[in-house]
Amino acid sequence: MNRIQKIFSEDKKLLSIYFTAGYPAINDTVPILQELEKNGVDMVEIGLPFSDPLADGPTIQASSTEALKNGMTTRLLFEQLKDIRKTVSIPLILMGYFNPVLQYGVEAFCAKCKETGIDGLILPDLPLAEYKEHYKTIFEKYGLVNIFLITPQTSESRIRQIDKASNGFVYMVSSASTTGARQGFGEVQRSYFERIAAMQLKNPQIVGFGISNAETFLAATKDADGAIIGSAFIKMLSEKGIGGIENFIHSLR
Amino acid sequence: MKYNVDEKGYYGEFGGAYIPEMLFPNVEELRLNYLQVMREASFQKEFKQLLKAYVGRPTPLYFAKRFSEKYNTKIYLKREDLCHTGAHKVNNTIGQILMAKRLNKTRIIAETGAGQHGVATATVCALMGLECIVYMGEIDIERQAPNVARMKMLGAKVVPATSGSRTLKDATNEAIRDWINNPTNTHYIIGSVVGPHPYPDMVARFQSVISKEIKQQLTEKEGREHPDYVVACVGGGSNAAGAYYEYLDTPEVGIIAVEAAGKGIHSGESAATSALGRMGIIHGSKTLLMQTADGQITEPYSISAGLDYPGVGPMHAHLYASGRGEFISVTDDDAMQAGLELSKLEGIIPAIETSHALAIFKSRKFKEDDLVIVNLSGRGDKDLNTYIDYFNL
Repeated sequence: MNRIQKIFSEDKKLLSIYFTAGYPAINDTVPILQELEKNGVDMVEIGLPFSDPLADGPTIQASSTEALKNGMTTRLLFEQLKDIRKTVSIPLILMGYFNPVLQYGVEAFCAKCKETGIDGLILPDLPLAEYKEHYKTIFEKYGLVNIFLITPQTSESRIRQIDKASNGFVYMVSSASTTGARQGFGEVQRSYFERIAAMQLKNPQIVGFGISNAETFLAATKDADGAIIGSAFIKMLSEKGIGGIENFIHSLR
Repeated sequence: MKYNVDEKGYYGEFGGAYIPEMLFPNVEELRLNYLQVMREASFQKEFKQLLKAYVGRPTPLYFAKRFSEKYNTKIYLKREDLCHTGAHKVNNTIGQILMAKRLNKTRIIAETGAGQHGVATATVCALMGLECIVYMGEIDIERQAPNVARMKMLGAKVVPATSGSRTLKDATNEAIRDWINNPTNTHYIIGSVVGPHPYPDMVARFQSVISKEIKQQLTEKEGREHPDYVVACVGGGSNAAGAYYEYLDTPEVGIIAVEAAGKGIHSGESAATSALGRMGIIHGSKTLLMQTADGQITEPYSISAGLDYPGVGPMHAHLYASGRGEFISVTDDDAMQAGLELSKLEGIIPAIETSHALAIFKSRKFKEDDLVIVNLSGRGDKDLNTYIDYFNL
């Protein structure tokens, strides 16, 4: 059982944080991870910055642009993370766009993830069909969990296919939007959360997009098993830096 | 080997739909419907009628006598510059606006670089009375003021793309983000044979009217359907895709694609994707693109705003990789001279994009009895300021 599968066996609502590697400063990656674990975060998505992040809103776009300006690369990120398992034990997921992974070499990338102690990948623009046909066996060879997104528009039959192809959790995008686009949830989200809960998927579900504080965290995790905070965390980092993490995390639950 | 798209949306190993799940329903709706809609008799009837009465098709296939004499071969120009709005772009926007209406979309979005596709989209939205939002890089808005004004006159809202390098690729990202945020009522009119499947195929089909007409016109003029060569400039590659379309699987017709070398292929300021690019993913398509070793997409350069896209459509990537297409790159300087030369020899001021295609005759020699067709994709009015500055006119 890998760390992701293990943490879902605990009976609690998981708090997961996304941040962009190399932002605000190039060497912040490891200190941020250590601070998150210290303050009780259950899981982290480490964002691999990309020049053209087309599913992201302005906050994550800006952090990506800044991280690239700071000199972040795939190789440098692996270098920064090489001893991470000596100090951090929560599940770590790399999240990014497919092109940088393709250029690194998918198999070489997966091998490096295993060596580093990365537990899973979220590559939003790697389509389900491509994954199954070309990459599933590689991911599995290196013990990596691949996480797919679903949205309120995803059909029931496609959700079933995604559930079947997944072995970690299903990432529920809360609304049809880019990241950081909305605050709070309406009736549409509540009924979507209930509908997914009623489907009794084999994988646990984590909600992302639109969660920024204790209220939205609570609403998102009423049915789901956890929630991911990205843009709001990055906003906090750009205002207060690593020193702001403790207060931010403790304000959430 | 087959050069057109396969049933999975690939041209050889290029193409596909590398899109986040948030876009899947939009793209899937289009994929499931586009061929069926295009086959409907009422669609074809309306499309053809508009191309004739509104766009002004068929465009002439013109024998360029003096230009031919100069280069000692037989050169015909396919006059897409005579289309309404001044370029081939409108063939696609007419097709896509009819598609959008049949899919019951009420809101149209588009990206634009130099503004030509934006104007062509704003034009058809005005024609059909649909809301139109055009994303344009902040830098391009400053560089292309007349086209911004045109779009506004036509009733479109021009939204500046302020992210990344603030040019065409970022305008495309912004349009895609808009579509993610508006999944049900909006159709995205992509301007070239790029983006996720089915866009490259759909746009190529709408532009294929160019080579369908060439076939017929060449039969009338020369008693043959097939030229020896078809030449076109390639940025994303929509005019080229339209000019090649009917000849893709006819090996006796040579396909020549002309890219912008900018200030020289290895100058660091170039848009010659086939020479400088590697396989990767841009805007949802697996294709050749200019990128860093780390997989970050780089900003291309060309004096011609319509050619400075960091990728090429997957059809062209396949034509290049398979050797079916001959790829030539032309510098800013050579293109500008060729544009001036055609103006003086034939009385036709070409768009600077097209001038790249015209420039190959200086170094690429053809036989005296070769029949070469150059797709004259657009007229030079929009480029007058660039010509003025370059030649001190």
